[in-house]
Amino acid sequence: MKALILVGGYGTRLRPLTLSVPKPLVDFCNKPILLHQLEALVKAGVDHVILAVSYMSELLEREMRVQEERLGIRISLSHEKEPLGTAGPLALARELLNIDNEPFFVLNSDVICDFPFKDLLQFHSNHGKEGTIVVTRVEEPSKYGVVVFEADSGRIHRFVEKPQVFVSNKINAGIYIFNPSMLSRIQLRPTSIEKEIFPVMAEEGQLYTMELQGFWMDIGQPKDFLTGMCMYLQSLRQHAPERLRTGPGFLGNVLVDPTAQIGENCTIGPNVTIGAGVVVEDGVRIKRCTVMKGARVRSHSWLESCIVGWSSSVGQWVRMENVTVLGEDVIVNDELYLNGANVLPHKSINESVPEPRIIM
Amino acid sequence: MLKAVILIGGPQKGTRFRPLSFEVPKPLFPVAGVPMLQHHIEACAKVPNMKEILLIGFYQPNEELNRFLFNAQQEFKISIRYLQEYAALGTGGGIYHFRDQIVSGSPDAFYVLNADVCSAFPLAEMLSFQKEHGEPNSFVILGTTANRKQSMNYGCIVENETTKEVLHYVEKPSTFVSDIINCGIYLFTPEIFQHIGAVFQKNQQDMLLYPYDGEEPTNGWHRAEAIRLEQDIFTALAGQDKLYVYKTLSFWSQIKSAGSAIYASRLYLNQYHTTHPERLASIKEGGPKISGNVYIHPTANIDPTAMLGPNVSIGTGVTIGAGVRVRESIILHGATLQDHCCVLNSIVGWDSTIGKWARVEGTPSDPNPNDPFAKIDSETLFREGKLTPSITILGCNVTIPSEVIILNSIVLPHKDLNRSFKNQIIL
Ligand SMILES: Nc1nc2c(ncn2[C@@H]2O[C@H](COP(=O)(O)OP(=O)(O)OP(=O)(O)O)[C@@H](O)[C@H]2O)c(=O)[nH]1
Ligand SMILES: Nc1nc2c(ncn2[C@@H]2O[C@H](COP(=O)(O)OP(=O)(O)OP(=O)(O)O)[C@@H](O)[C@H]2O)c(=O)[nH]1
Ligand SMILES: [Mg+2]
Ligand SMILES: [Mg+2]
Repeated sequence: MKALILVGGYGTRLRPLTLSVPKPLVDFCNKPILLHQLEALVKAGVDHVILAVSYMSELLEREMRVQEERLGIRISLSHEKEPLGTAGPLALARELLNIDNEPFFVLNSDVICDFPFKDLLQFHSNHGKEGTIVVTRVEEPSKYGVVVFEADSGRIHRFVEKPQVFVSNKINAGIYIFNPSMLSRIQLRPTSIEKEIFPVMAEEGQLYTMELQGFWMDIGQPKDFLTGMCMYLQSLRQHAPERLRTGPGFLGNVLVDPTAQIGENCTIGPNVTIGAGVVVEDGVRIKRCTVMKGARVRSHSWLESCIVGWSSSVGQWVRMENVTVLGEDVIVNDELYLNGANVLPHKSINESVPEPRIIM
Repeated sequence: MLKAVILIGGPQKGTRFRPLSFEVPKPLFPVAGVPMLQHHIEACAKVPNMKEILLIGFYQPNEELNRFLFNAQQEFKISIRYLQEYAALGTGGGIYHFRDQIVSGSPDAFYVLNADVCSAFPLAEMLSFQKEHGEPNSFVILGTTANRKQSMNYGCIVENETTKEVLHYVEKPSTFVSDIINCGIYLFTPEIFQHIGAVFQKNQQDMLLYPYDGEEPTNGWHRAEAIRLEQDIFTALAGQDKLYVYKTLSFWSQIKSAGSAIYASRLYLNQYHTTHPERLASIKEGGPKISGNVYIHPTANIDPTAMLGPNVSIGTGVTIGAGVRVRESIILHGATLQDHCCVLNSIVGWDSTIGKWARVEGTPSDPNPNDPFAKIDSETLFREGKLTPSITILGCNVTIPSEVIILNSIVLPHKDLNRSFKNQIIL
């Protein structure tokens, strides 16, 4: 089976992290975002993954060669000369997707959930039409484009962008399965699958929905990245509690890489991810944060709702909060206060940032 | 023989020092670990032939003042008395009212010191300076140099550069007059009372001529006796070959706002290297980490993993937990700082508690470090309707919960906060 992952965008909203690595390689819960998807696809029997990329990234290519080896699958990179949107890349990869009559998966690169690929294939085969899109329930549908469908069958009636009155609370989760026949609908030019392809398929009665069970998050921006982390850790608590760290000094769901060192008299959690080789010194308090590979948090600091980028260093008695994001290799000097700071890579911070702002 | 008078004001003064002046008379507020006034008294007691120190003010006699006077007498082996004005008589009226007490025993000269200044108090130097002048009964004002802009917040002095005579004196002018300012520290001979007496007589006559001048708060005596040294005496004495200015290069600052108390603490702690090295904490086995100048009261209980300084004063019975950080702050007696909390540029009130990992932080209002003549600004709390970032002050018995931040805020006494606050006055 095949899958195509849309990894084309620049990931601007996840800067400063995406200034160091392409978004699919940003660590989410101690694993590059893309690997969460690759591993779930492999588990569902996918043996050929096509990455639709609109920029060249040696780093991504190299990493994919490694993953091909590790997962025992084929990974192709389909390069666009110009960004082709969310549908155009399917046309560009037509040759790879159209070799047999099997359906294939398509997914956005920045969604995180308990990927339901097996169920999706099953459901899709049962209704026998051209496509199925996974939908998920949201609390505030007016912020999204919602999907209106027949409750029993899942057959889609229409899509409504940012509805002002309630029509549905289900939104497109960015996970699809299609029959190769749908490729004939797409031309090789920049096209939006959501706006230009799906409405036509729905009209013709060729598009169905399957509702996602469990959590779902688009982690394409820092605030949502942290929310997604909380959800993912909670799901680990249910399905693989042994992977979470417990014991004195740990509260709630905490994921700690075995190579990380945690000092004495710390209180870590709830909802914290600590990456490989991270050093957390004594007396540190961390909650609702991701601390990435190789970072150091010095003693007596306090962190809430932050992302500490790779190899960054947070000084002693620092307070960071309110979605402060440190890019790669940032140094925060002792005793500073960072409130919603967005710090670009390789910066050294010597002054507090009392109000949210970008530090170039 | 010499005497000294310290003008300590009264309860209606020191409003810029709230909420700290609710708990303790401002002159007794600890600066560098000891009551503000004690620095004056130590300096006076050091002057040879000093026989008596008189505090003049309009505070009701109170236990704290009594205890302070008692302890100071014991320590300095010198007569120290408090003389209470029946009403606020101004900076000149009080000494005139109590002139008999001051001149009894026939002192050759006496000092007058404002209580709310911080200074190296070069009192002996002022005396030698006075002796150098042909005129034996001259009066001396201690002066210092300010920058042009700030000078206008002070009493400004124009001197004769060779003789050092005061040619012109004006209090807080609205345009630039001189960058030499009045430090609020004077040396007088008893002859000063003739000059104050003349003003008093004139006030009395004025009252007979104009018996009603609008609202009359107290009796006529008060109106005649309320005399300001600066406006009523110095202005008239300027150019009369009576008043001289001794300019000092040593440290000096007013202590008007609470923020200036932190700055004054820094100046006094620095002076302790020569005057009181025993008051400076040093790095000891089993003691906390010390950076720069720190005063720790012997009764304070401090975890060895805490880190204090520079410019920190820790009062009696204070408890400081593991991994606590304190810098540029005053921690008043009985306060508790729980593990890992961080206190910067703040005054933590008596018996207050700061929870674990909380951050209590203010913005210092230090003088511009690149201008050697800059003074601390004790401006108003508000600018354009917004609270200007200031040091953070926790009044007495305030509780700060764990893990919150209190930034640039003033918390009135006896508050239990339950969340973070920034740039606010919390009633
Ligand atoms: N191949 C390809 N993928 C795209 C293109 N535009 C968007 N995508 C992908 O489609 C998905 C949804 O896009 P967005 O949510 O806008 O994310 P993004 O563009 O990567 O990031 P931002 O710059 O933050 O908007 C993501 O997985 C993108 O990587 C494109 O032109 N080509
Ligand atoms: N005994 C006594 N002391 C006073 C009186 N008024 C002021 N003082 C003290 O004299 C010193 C100078 O006070 P002020 O003249 O009010 O202060 P300033 O330095 O001119 O500054 P501003 O408050 O800005 O006018 C302070 O130590 C006061 O406590 C008074 O009526 N009686
Ligand atoms: Mg985009
Ligand atoms: Mg005055």
